[in-house]
Amino acid sequence: MTGLFVLLIYVGMFVGAYFVVTKVVQSATAKDYTSLKTVTFGDESAVRPNRIAGVVSIFTLFLIWGMFTGSSLLPGFLHAPAPFVGTAEFTYTAEANGERDDATVTVIVHPREEKTDAPEVELGDGFAKNDSAAIAQWRTGLIRVDSNDEITKSDGAEVVAINGQPISRGETVKIDSGTVTLSDKGTPNYAPSRGWQMEPLYLPPPEAVWTRTGKVLSEGFRSFTLFEHLGYSLFRVVAGFLLGALVGIPLGYAMGLSNWFRGWFDPIVEFMRPVPPLALIPLVIIWFGIGETGKIILLFLAALWIMAIAARSGVSGVNISKVHAAYSLGASKSQLMRYVIIPNSLPEIFTGARVAMGVCWGTVVAAELVAAEQGAGMMIMVASRFQNTDIVILGIILIGVIGFGIDMLMRYAERLLVPWKGKA
Amino acid sequence: MSGLSIQDLSMRFELPNGGSVQALENVSLELKAGELMSVLGPSGCGKTTLLNIVAGFLAQTSGKLVLNGHEISGPDAERGMVFQKGALFEWMSVRENVGFGPSMKGTPEKEKRETVDHLLDVVGLQDFKEKAVYELSGGMQQRVALARCLANDPDVILMDEPLGALDALTREKMQSLVLKLWKETGKTIILITHSVEEALLLGERLIVMAPRPGRIHKEYRLPFAELGVGADLREVKKHPDFGVKRDEILSMIWDMEEEIMGRTEDAA
Ligand SMILES: Nc1ncnc2c1ncn2[C@@H]1O[C@H](COP(=O)(O)OP(=O)(O)OP(=O)(O)O)[C@@H](O)[C@H]1O
Ligand SMILES: [Mg+2]
Repeated sequence: MTGLFVLLIYVGMFVGAYFVVTKVVQSATAKDYTSLKTVTFGDESAVRPNRIAGVVSIFTLFLIWGMFTGSSLLPGFLHAPAPFVGTAEFTYTAEANGERDDATVTVIVHPREEKTDAPEVELGDGFAKNDSAAIAQWRTGLIRVDSNDEITKSDGAEVVAINGQPISRGETVKIDSGTVTLSDKGTPNYAPSRGWQMEPLYLPPPEAVWTRTGKVLSEGFRSFTLFEHLGYSLFRVVAGFLLGALVGIPLGYAMGLSNWFRGWFDPIVEFMRPVPPLALIPLVIIWFGIGETGKIILLFLAALWIMAIAARSGVSGVNISKVHAAYSLGASKSQLMRYVIIPNSLPEIFTGARVAMGVCWGTVVAAELVAAEQGAGMMIMVASRFQNTDIVILGIILIGVIGFGIDMLMRYAERLLVPWKGKA
Repeated sequence: MSGLSIQDLSMRFELPNGGSVQALENVSLELKAGELMSVLGPSGCGKTTLLNIVAGFLAQTSGKLVLNGHEISGPDAERGMVFQKGALFEWMSVRENVGFGPSMKGTPEKEKRETVDHLLDVVGLQDFKEKAVYELSGGMQQRVALARCLANDPDVILMDEPLGALDALTREKMQSLVLKLWKETGKTIILITHSVEEALLLGERLIVMAPRPGRIHKEYRLPFAELGVGADLREVKKHPDFGVKRDEILSMIWDMEEEIMGRTEDAA
């Protein structure tokens, strides 16, 4: 139900922003060459990401996050209905020996972090006495209304109505602040209304994640600072990737240049290629334990095949005319290698490196989830065990940002080092 | 003995399915140093195969190739090749491309610079020396390819449809350039083309090849290349003999093409 509502808001923002931005805002912007194209639907090159859409998209995510977590960053009227908090009252009717009597139940629903005692209430008259209870927000509570009554359940008393509405075992009655269900044993179970917001335990509001970020930054997490955690993960990725590239690229070249190497390593590479590196984690742990060695070897293996295949296809992708031309111009084999084969394969190798870095980053997080003493993955794993959802979310955001950063860096290096990519 | 001698050259491709293609059969040719020869023929008659064997990229199944008194085996800087396209090195500037041959030989930097500068002047690319090759137009790229080949100072220049990918106007300018370079450098040149007019213009000698098996069908000696050096090629084309030769060769090739079509129809 809430999910449907979230989807509705999201689609609403998407469509609403589209009309506002394209019809109102952008009709005023300058026209360039692409905007003069008449055929744009189907012409992929005419499709450019709408910057405003990007901003609104991110804003929408945060908006929905804030709305459904009751974020203090948003004005109250934007919040989704909040869970009930405060004092609730309902009456129950007990029946015993053919007699009926009403009594009131007072329940204080309090925020989870504030310990609150059940309020003092007057017992009132009749055989059924008034009761009170304290329940934390988001929780429900069985209220043994008969325990202070003159005739208890074991004496044959039975709750037959809540707020005057008849009820029997297993049935539910709605009251203003939630619902009351009579349990199979005949005890009322009060569930305060949960509203439409997410419980902070499952999804804390944005500002909670932000404050937690500050705290983790200053205090660290599990005896390592935040930067040490991220640094360890990055170090493993870089070390594993560099080793993989160091072995994989020459291996790929050898496979692209020699029948024997190709024949010898093809079965191994083709077999290892479809094995997800994650599947190797258990074996690596058995062999090398959970220390640095194991992780770096895992990432080495993750990068190795990708880099070998990239280098191999870099060599086989060389236009034979270039090779012929080089030989006709007097190049020796080693000169051909150095001035033709290697530069020609660099674009492919960079593409491979980008893929490998991405895979390595994913693999290191997974490996740290399984077992590690420090690292981004270990941080979110341990946090989730202690239900520190804010740290989990912080970790996921950081992992995403770093992954994105790595990719941008690789693209930048690519533009800088192989400007001829795609120009052949 | 100076010049290129092709004796009884045959080339047979064994196909993976067990069959074979006789791409060349008993091709013999004598080419004196400094001669300009163009090669014409229907598609698939073995022109590229012949050139690749002369360049040393392929080993013939039988026959002999002798250049300046020694047998040819494998590619060598004495035989330069200009490809139709895609043979420039994108990761090098125009200057580095042209200087590739001298660099491989270890020519001193200063001497190399002079050669490259001179050749780029000759082909009219003095203003593009430091550009990346992919920033140049197709015609400019072919001029770079020509200059790169010349920078190596080969004895023989082999060209496989070097102007095939160019537009008509650029092509005409390049034809004049080839003639000019031929006269100035005195190189032996073999040039493959699909254009009969180009073959007539750029050939002191012209051979027409016939397919299946690939062989030399007819040979001509022509005055047009000499006439065209430094002259307007459109004037050369008005020469009374030019039209006659063009029509003769065109119908010759046309007949061959028809025969091929007929044969494939029979086979079908
Ligand atoms: N590597 C090869 N393997 C098998 N057959 C080949 C090979 N190379 C060429 N051939 C065959 O040899 C014959 C001659 O080919 P070639 O490329 O020399 O022709 P061409 O005259 O250059 O044609 P085009 O004018 O189309 O370039 C063709 O029938 C071709 O199928
Ligand atoms: Mg050909």
